[in-house]
Amino acid sequence: MSQPSFLPEPLASLPWRVMGLVSAIGGFGLIVLYSAAGGSLKPWAASQGYKFIIFFAMALALSRVKERRWKDIAFPGYAVILALLLFVELLGAVSGGSQRWLDLGFIRLQPSELMKLFIVLALARFFDMLPAGEIRRWNAIWLPGVLIGLPGALVMLQPDLGTALMIVAGGVTVMFLAGLPLRLFVAAGAAIAAIAPLAYFFLLRDYQRKRVLIFLDPESDPLGAGYHITQSKIAIGSGGVFGKGFLNGTQSHLDYLPEGHTDFVFATMSEEWGLMGGIFIIGAFLMLFRWGMSVAAKAPTRFGRLAAAGLTSTIFYYFTINLMMVMGMAPVVGIPLPLVSFGGTAMLTVMICIGMLMSIERSSQPRTSFS
Amino acid sequence: MARKIVTEAQQSFSFTRRSFVLGAAQFGVGGLLAARMAWLSIAQNEKYSLLAESNRINLTLMPPRRGWIVDRVGKPLALNRTAFRVDIIPDRLTDKDRTLGELQGLLAIGPDEMERIRADLATAAGFQPVQVAENLDWERFAAVTIRASELPGVAPAQSYARYYPEGAGVGHLLGYVGSASAKEYEKYKDPLLITPGFKVGKAGIEAELEPLLRGQPGARRTEVTARGKLVRELETRTDVPGRTVKLTIDAGLQAYAARRLGRESGSVVVIDTLTGGILTLASMPSFDPNAFSDGISKSEWTMLREDDHIPMLNKTLQGLYPPGSTAKPAAALALLRHGVDPEETVSCGGGYRLGNRVFKCLGRHGPMNMPHALMKSCNTYFYAMGRRIGYDKIAEAARELGLGQEFDLPFQSQRYGTVPDSAWKMRKLGKPWAESDTLNATIGQGFVQVSPFQLAVMAARIASGRHLDPHIFPRNDGPAPPLSFPEEHLAIVREGMNLVVNGAGTAVRSRLPLEGIMMAGKTGTAQVRKIEGAQRGQSGAWKFRDHGLFICFAPVEQPRYAAAVVIEHGLGGARAAAPVAKDFLTYLYDPEKAMAALLALEAEWGGDINARMATERAQWKATHALADSPSPRPAVETASNAQAAANEAASNAASTNTTAAEPSKAEGED
Repeated sequence: MSQPSFLPEPLASLPWRVMGLVSAIGGFGLIVLYSAAGGSLKPWAASQGYKFIIFFAMALALSRVKERRWKDIAFPGYAVILALLLFVELLGAVSGGSQRWLDLGFIRLQPSELMKLFIVLALARFFDMLPAGEIRRWNAIWLPGVLIGLPGALVMLQPDLGTALMIVAGGVTVMFLAGLPLRLFVAAGAAIAAIAPLAYFFLLRDYQRKRVLIFLDPESDPLGAGYHITQSKIAIGSGGVFGKGFLNGTQSHLDYLPEGHTDFVFATMSEEWGLMGGIFIIGAFLMLFRWGMSVAAKAPTRFGRLAAAGLTSTIFYYFTINLMMVMGMAPVVGIPLPLVSFGGTAMLTVMICIGMLMSIERSSQPRTSFS
Repeated sequence: MARKIVTEAQQSFSFTRRSFVLGAAQFGVGGLLAARMAWLSIAQNEKYSLLAESNRINLTLMPPRRGWIVDRVGKPLALNRTAFRVDIIPDRLTDKDRTLGELQGLLAIGPDEMERIRADLATAAGFQPVQVAENLDWERFAAVTIRASELPGVAPAQSYARYYPEGAGVGHLLGYVGSASAKEYEKYKDPLLITPGFKVGKAGIEAELEPLLRGQPGARRTEVTARGKLVRELETRTDVPGRTVKLTIDAGLQAYAARRLGRESGSVVVIDTLTGGILTLASMPSFDPNAFSDGISKSEWTMLREDDHIPMLNKTLQGLYPPGSTAKPAAALALLRHGVDPEETVSCGGGYRLGNRVFKCLGRHGPMNMPHALMKSCNTYFYAMGRRIGYDKIAEAARELGLGQEFDLPFQSQRYGTVPDSAWKMRKLGKPWAESDTLNATIGQGFVQVSPFQLAVMAARIASGRHLDPHIFPRNDGPAPPLSFPEEHLAIVREGMNLVVNGAGTAVRSRLPLEGIMMAGKTGTAQVRKIEGAQRGQSGAWKFRDHGLFICFAPVEQPRYAAAVVIEHGLGGARAAAPVAKDFLTYLYDPEKAMAALLALEAEWGGDINARMATERAQWKATHALADSPSPRPAVETASNAQAAANEAASNAASTNTTAAEPSKAEGED
């Protein structure tokens, strides 16, 4: 940070650019939620606004944590969350249903959500420890494989296909960046292509299989499960370039668009703000990713680099899966649009991501090396 | 050590490269998403805007008022009455069972109907109303209206119901209306068809003129939520009523004739001899189209089906009978054309010998010339003369007069009968025409089969001397071309028919009780089956008794009306059919006198048509109480089967009457 400092040091050292980006996305999200409630702060916009402020403050606080701390808690944190995942699974088995969260009284904690972060940290830590010469050895493959496979399988059992995919994707991304031989990824890709049909028939639950089918042909069930995709595309398509105008969306206000404030909030936004609103959100996120990747590029430590790139990818997967889903390019899996969709869990995860990224950025600034 | 440093540098380089690839991939995916969005919102904007509009806007159709059907002077035969109905809007229903329970109590809905409503509700979508009850009286409607605010989802409404003032008297003439069947909806996919309260013509003129009578529905455009909740009304288009259709029918005469048929199974056809317009087309017993239009119950339907008088059959056009002696005027015209001197006499000694068989006559008439042979309906004369010229020539005359002719009338499943000749017999039965066939056919027995409508056309053509084309929609196309028979021949036959009623003929008891107006006619008695022994079809089981037929026209000098009456199993034309004709022709000139005669008869019969039908229903229900179990089949569906059943009835009727393959023996006379 070599900007001229007319502000006091603590203020000047704040990462204003990324704070501006996050506020722009989150603020626009609040406007959309205000409209989704029919032009009312209740029940979504106000509550989301408070959460945003709290989590944003939390992210700023996390940015003060030294990168070293993340490194230290990577494995213990991973272990605790894996234990919680197992516990939730057992709880679900006992109560006879599927459960994904633990009720801690003030918040419903979803261990799978935190696992998206800690799979990245744990693998970054692992490859940080791994001597460079080992990278083409068997150890560099099977251990990360176990680290990814365990939580992935547990979340899949919940069953939560979207989150399981994100955990695996986050982990594999770190493996890719760590420098594992490319041919491994090519081979794995080929293997998945071969196994996918088997997984479809033996791993997926009936309703998941139906979702995949309906994704392939939403019109086959326009009033049933294909309804979400069809209505979402109608909302986006009818918005046109400039949208129907603030508070004028019919798909969302007349309840044709289901989940218009959570997973399909992008459709609600598009209907009223059109392609312009969409490009704004997509552009803002791309700038966020560019910032994240630049943090990774500048980080001096291997852990910092891998963690920053992995965390950025985690936010990217949220964004991509959600947008592909609302535009009818992916099956309906319950992945919200971070910072925009109503709900605290995803926002919490993404804010922690951003806090960690800011922390890594801060740790890699020359000032710290002087002190 | 050195190796490791190099590797770490490599690793760092690999990270830089791969993170660049990852970053580029993120931008690539971002660009792809933006492109996808642009595709949806620019290229497909029109398509999705339309879909969003059709989501948002709900079009509620309002059934159009059906066009009236009126008689020749504009008197309504079918009109619309304001009716009260109650529907349910499924999406506004909060407590289904409680609401249905309340309605059942308020409207006295039967268990069959409740089942139907529940089934409809189970398949109903959102805002589309489901019918609970229609044609309610004011008290019941008011009872629901008052409670409507406590019963969310219940929608009392005013609509129109088809009403036929003459009831059963016009059942076969007009047909009836009913809710569209699932099959019709499958075929046309018109949402109007499944709008509650909308009715389509199911039979008769109502069905044939459906496109004219239907009209254009009104529509109410409303903005609704996905759950069908009304947001606001956008605009309302009023309906365009269907067109009024005028018939040549005389409403008063039609009603009178239907009532005058009384408890008999029979038909009356009256034709205007100046224009060929059909004045009356009555077939009794009939069904009440008012009841049918509401959808009839299964028990009522079974009752109609099981009645041996076949109420579902339009006997005027679908009933076929041997014409018996009513065919003799046609034979007489053929004889005159082929050189028979009307004054030439044949001596009747009670029968005619052909080979070793004697064809009997009803009396010993002595010497008979043509007018007297018609007057007395002497078979011997027609046997002898018919044999002289051969039946092929008589068939030609009969066809010119309308027997066996196909008419283009707006009625389904008409039957046109048979006027046989030698070529026909060879084609049908593979046998040559025999002399005995000529004798039988000449007096209207044997292979000959005609409908009452054809008999009326024959009477009208003889009376007018013109080749009248019978029609039911008024038209103005000038006088019909003359028949090929010379006027003096027609005059001789008319004189013979005049003598039947006003001379010393077979129908002298049916002279018109009017000053200066006389009718001419011809009686006929047709055998139903080959009679063994002395029974002759004059006693025994009803369905084996002879049919009574009568054709006539009036006034004799300047014919204005021509008619045919057929009374099934009425024993004889003079006895059963001619008195009916006398009364309805009287009605045309002196309605009061005719009404007095009718009321006296109805007092004997047990009331007018409605009263008798109610009694029959009550009796039937009493005797079939056990068999009358509730059926899940909707009444509407039952009614839509009526046409099929009528056709079935028609073929049954044909087999109980006479079949061409087994001709009845020529012994009927009058």
